[in-house]
Amino acid sequence: MNDISFHPDRAKADSAHIGRPALRVEDAALLSGRANYADDQGVKPGTVYAAILRSPHAHAEIASIDSAAALKMPGVRAVLTGADVKSWATPFAVGVRQPMEHWCMAIERVRYVGEPVAVVMAESRYLAEDALDAIKVEYRTLSAVVDPEAAAEASAPVLHEAVGSNVVNDRHFRYGDPEAAFAAAAHTVRLKVHYPRNSCTPIECFVVVAEHLPGDDGYDVFSNFQGPFALHPVMARALKVTGARLRLRSPRDSGGSFGVKQGVSTYIVLLCLASRKAGAPVKWVEDRLEHLQASVSATNRVTTLEAAVQPDGEILALRYDQIDDCGAYLRAPEPATFYRMHGSLTGAYKVRNLEVHNRVVLTNKTPSGLVRGFGGPQVYFALERLIQHIAVELRLDPLAVIERNLIEADTFPYRAPAGALLDSGDYQQAIAMAREQGGLAELLARRDQARAEGRLYGIGYAAIVEPSISNMGYITTALTAEERARAGPKNGASASATVSVDALGSVSVVIDSVPQGQGHRTVTAQVVADALGLNPPDIVVNAELDTQKDAWSIAAGNYSSRFAGAVAGTVHLAAVKVRDKLAVIAADMLGCSPKQIAFAKGKIFSLERPEEKLPFHRVAGATHWSPGMLPRGMTTGLRETVFWSPPQLVAPDENDVINSSGVYGFVFDICALEVDRATGKVRIDRYVSAHDAGRILNPALADGQIRGAFAQGLGAALMEEFVYGSDGSFLSGTFADYLVPTTCEVPELQILHMETPSPFTPLGSKGLGEGNNMSTPVCIGNALADALGKSDIVLPMTPSKIHALMALADPPPRKPRTGAPAQLPAGGHGLNMAGAVDLAASPEQVFAVLLDPDALSRVIPGCHALTRTGENRYRADVTIGIGLVKARYAAEVSLSELDPPNSLSLGGSGISAFGSASGAGKVRLEPAGSGTRLHYDYSVAVSGKVAAVGGRMLEGAAKIILRQLFEQLGRQAAGGEAAGAASTSLSWWRKLTNALKDAK
Amino acid sequence: MKPAAFDYIRADSAEETVALLRQYGDDAKILAGGQSLMAMLNIRLAQPKILVDISRCEQLNYARIDHGKLVIGAAATQASIEWRANLAQEVPLLKLAIPWISHFQVRNHGTVCGSVAHADPSAELPLCLTALQGEVVLRSHAGRRVLKADDFFQGMLTTAIRQGEIIEEVRFPLQDKNARYAFEEVSIRHGDFALVAVAAVVTPDSIDLTIGGVSDRARRLTLPKITGSDLDDAINDFAWELDAQSDTHATAQYRRHLVRELGRKLINGLMQ
Repeated sequence: MNDISFHPDRAKADSAHIGRPALRVEDAALLSGRANYADDQGVKPGTVYAAILRSPHAHAEIASIDSAAALKMPGVRAVLTGADVKSWATPFAVGVRQPMEHWCMAIERVRYVGEPVAVVMAESRYLAEDALDAIKVEYRTLSAVVDPEAAAEASAPVLHEAVGSNVVNDRHFRYGDPEAAFAAAAHTVRLKVHYPRNSCTPIECFVVVAEHLPGDDGYDVFSNFQGPFALHPVMARALKVTGARLRLRSPRDSGGSFGVKQGVSTYIVLLCLASRKAGAPVKWVEDRLEHLQASVSATNRVTTLEAAVQPDGEILALRYDQIDDCGAYLRAPEPATFYRMHGSLTGAYKVRNLEVHNRVVLTNKTPSGLVRGFGGPQVYFALERLIQHIAVELRLDPLAVIERNLIEADTFPYRAPAGALLDSGDYQQAIAMAREQGGLAELLARRDQARAEGRLYGIGYAAIVEPSISNMGYITTALTAEERARAGPKNGASASATVSVDALGSVSVVIDSVPQGQGHRTVTAQVVADALGLNPPDIVVNAELDTQKDAWSIAAGNYSSRFAGAVAGTVHLAAVKVRDKLAVIAADMLGCSPKQIAFAKGKIFSLERPEEKLPFHRVAGATHWSPGMLPRGMTTGLRETVFWSPPQLVAPDENDVINSSGVYGFVFDICALEVDRATGKVRIDRYVSAHDAGRILNPALADGQIRGAFAQGLGAALMEEFVYGSDGSFLSGTFADYLVPTTCEVPELQILHMETPSPFTPLGSKGLGEGNNMSTPVCIGNALADALGKSDIVLPMTPSKIHALMALADPPPRKPRTGAPAQLPAGGHGLNMAGAVDLAASPEQVFAVLLDPDALSRVIPGCHALTRTGENRYRADVTIGIGLVKARYAAEVSLSELDPPNSLSLGGSGISAFGSASGAGKVRLEPAGSGTRLHYDYSVAVSGKVAAVGGRMLEGAAKIILRQLFEQLGRQAAGGEAAGAASTSLSWWRKLTNALKDAK
Repeated sequence: MKPAAFDYIRADSAEETVALLRQYGDDAKILAGGQSLMAMLNIRLAQPKILVDISRCEQLNYARIDHGKLVIGAAATQASIEWRANLAQEVPLLKLAIPWISHFQVRNHGTVCGSVAHADPSAELPLCLTALQGEVVLRSHAGRRVLKADDFFQGMLTTAIRQGEIIEEVRFPLQDKNARYAFEEVSIRHGDFALVAVAAVVTPDSIDLTIGGVSDRARRLTLPKITGSDLDDAINDFAWELDAQSDTHATAQYRRHLVRELGRKLINGLMQ
């Protein structure tokens, strides 16, 4: 409903509270330890606790699941498996037309490490975790594909066989006349970039309390799901219930989300089914390992971007070739990472010709989803790196290239070629402000001086358009116009707010923004206080959403920086509706026209006779205490709900022109930094961030948003990455592996504001919570490119990567090393190891040991039992570990390619509570004096828990175990040590276990 | 992320501790500061049946100067050593190195002996003990034995501790008045596991360079007093001997580079 008139100028003139740095009303509870987070909520008696068994494999068929032993364990109530899921639920709806099924749990096949395979419900989380190890799952492993470009190849292992390819969506777009522009331009400048997998890691992980209600009543869920509530219908359909029978409730406080808690949605469905299985309410709290490996990741992207450029830097056309890696399943709202930014792919620039090729690719990784900045970091890392690269290639100043192409201030609202209707701005003025107040001239002088001294100093820029208030229809741009026509148009971005006044005249407000720590209750109170002539402490704001009781629509939730523009604006409209009703009542009481009624300082009065004041509560109370006295025709009560959607948000047209967001702010950043030549470490000398987000509602909260986004952008630039091995193993399972900047690493930044109010939102405001997530990674990247004189900037730019870019010599030792392990390619995560061991036995003796099961069992480290299962094939029960860490593996050992006594292949693979491990390689025996030199060349793959949390030590541990294996082989083969060998083996184990003794 | 069930026993003396270790054998583990062990318990990488907590054992909470050494008991926290009034004169290398151990919250709980027992290849305290050629006193119900650092550390997370033994104390030699000391490390964030950690000790006639974070344990190189390209070559040879490994944070080549850069920088700084 868009028929409500609003007057930004009038609202501004009235404001006593909007625009002020009001203290957060949320903080009293947070700072006194009395917050009400999802995990703090009490649960019903009889609630059971869930733990989730997850796949250690990136890609495998599930041959069998045996939970009989787990069900016999103390306190275990039930185990949910794929079979239950299949009978009670349906796959999630997917945003593209493809025959691929995404369920809330693995069905018959796992496609990423960490994918849920079974859920145990027990009387405590401890008991539930105990039972996880007792569930026996047999997997048949399949080849995994991790790299998105490789996944797009025809020869790649296919994740979803019914699709027949990993490319699940492939679209071409063309706006203007890009071919002519490229033909006409003096230069074509091209850059290929990769944006990594990363996230924004909230302190609080996912929480779900789900209850299957008796009979056909559906499900009641309390969770920290943050929206978008377009996923509510997706969840309800997966559960096969009507929307009204899936009640979602959210807690008052949040330990952060940054978009990531969109991913709670799949677990809501899973835990609803778990409750159904257990016949009791089920609570699940995600732990950090689960969160890092299997919640949500930002979409990694490979972009090849070309610009048609004139000699003065004018860009005539852009050509994007983008591959988005959405992980193992296309989880709603993907492929939105592409389409959120689609209308504004030309950024802050007046480029009129645009060509886009978008491919969505699936790989054996965690499904991607909302992460603060959603889509923006990926686009701007390509676009703004290209701008810098154009400057380098054409020997221009990068800032001159930016300024040459900026959209002119007098052309707003400006329709970008792909459809974004940029509402307002003055980009030139914002850049001038940053240049002057940020001291750019001084920074350029510092760079000159540093370079004269041989230091590595660089300056980078980023000019970005920051979209907010997502168009619910943008996702359908992934479909062709014909497919869209069949599905029916989707568009808009409905926000809702309810303002109520009770019998004592106190005001309460309900909003649909599901805040995640931003301070929405504070700002809402400021907005309503201004509209009603009250003070913010007079206003009580409830931001807990209950889908059965509150006003909401599919666009509800905490994403796309929709609060300031859409929600606060809708709050204003609802408060104005209350005000208008009160004005009619007060005019009746005062005998004047409602148009003359004013509200201030808790009083209502006529502008003509301001001395005659009515207390606010008196007028409001009349709607409750004396409805019979209300003006004729007026309804009783005082509660107004407003739904608002920006009329500019229409569905994509037949030419794929889409206004993907409601409003568009502007950010311009300057980063000056120095790289230490010796260590490759980066020191940010100064960071300036200039913002125009329209009208600022609370400058303190606005700056807080910018600081937080900057810290996350810095993390993305320099340290954060979800790393996968080439086999799909996940290697970043702790905060010692996935590095998030702390206060020690985040420099002070200089924040600048200007306000160009939006004509499209009720209060003239735009979102600003994601700008630095979009601008900072590339701004730092550009500064590094400038400092190092290199174009191949691959995030995160860790000191090791910077070192590699510096291409310094790695002088060999004076004496070549003998028997030294082969050096691995730089940055390789695969565990390939080669080496040599000298054994005091002849090759024949060594070979004899390998062929003798009894002797072999004494050679394999930690072997409890060895059973022959075929020719040169054995089943082994082994305990393997280093120091504190040990696990018992059920392993298969095999010998092949036997060429006695020269060489053979010796392989093993096993599974334990730590995950899976396998090693395969060639062993070559060479006579050396009276003994043998054993050469080995092994590839070792470790996946699951131990890979996720032990990455730092994996290679070392694998080397130790291999070396122990071969040294023991030598001792055994040397003969006469048969008894001694066994005791040596024992002492090896003793040594390990002894290491546990004093570990603290 | 909940630990498997275990029994918890708080030991109030060294005698009780070794008696418990004798009684329970392999099933018992010592808990001191818990800064490595608790995380491993929660993630179930370690599943001991019994934890013997010595963190409140006053008898083992000491640090004293004895026979030319700073002797640190098993329950003494890293912070208690960090803030010794004369640490810079007593053991200058510890004064330089301890602030690199994670963050102060960790040092408030973490113990010196616990870090030595854990033998993390990147840890600062095993590195210092190796650099200074200190000693580890192991105690069991049968008595005590004293090992030199070089004999104590055997590899990644692997030491010479036998079943039934606890580290009762570690001993750091006091400052050699003729020596100068330096310490530095590189990690991505402050407090992370060191990618490379370097301690240098220079005396009038020798150079000791000890490297952590690269090999399976801290490794020490002793050189005569050489300079210039001789020194550079010697450090480079050592960097290769350490057999650096690549992980998700740093390549082997980068680690060798840091060994060369930091080694040269620290030694040259001390020789000026």
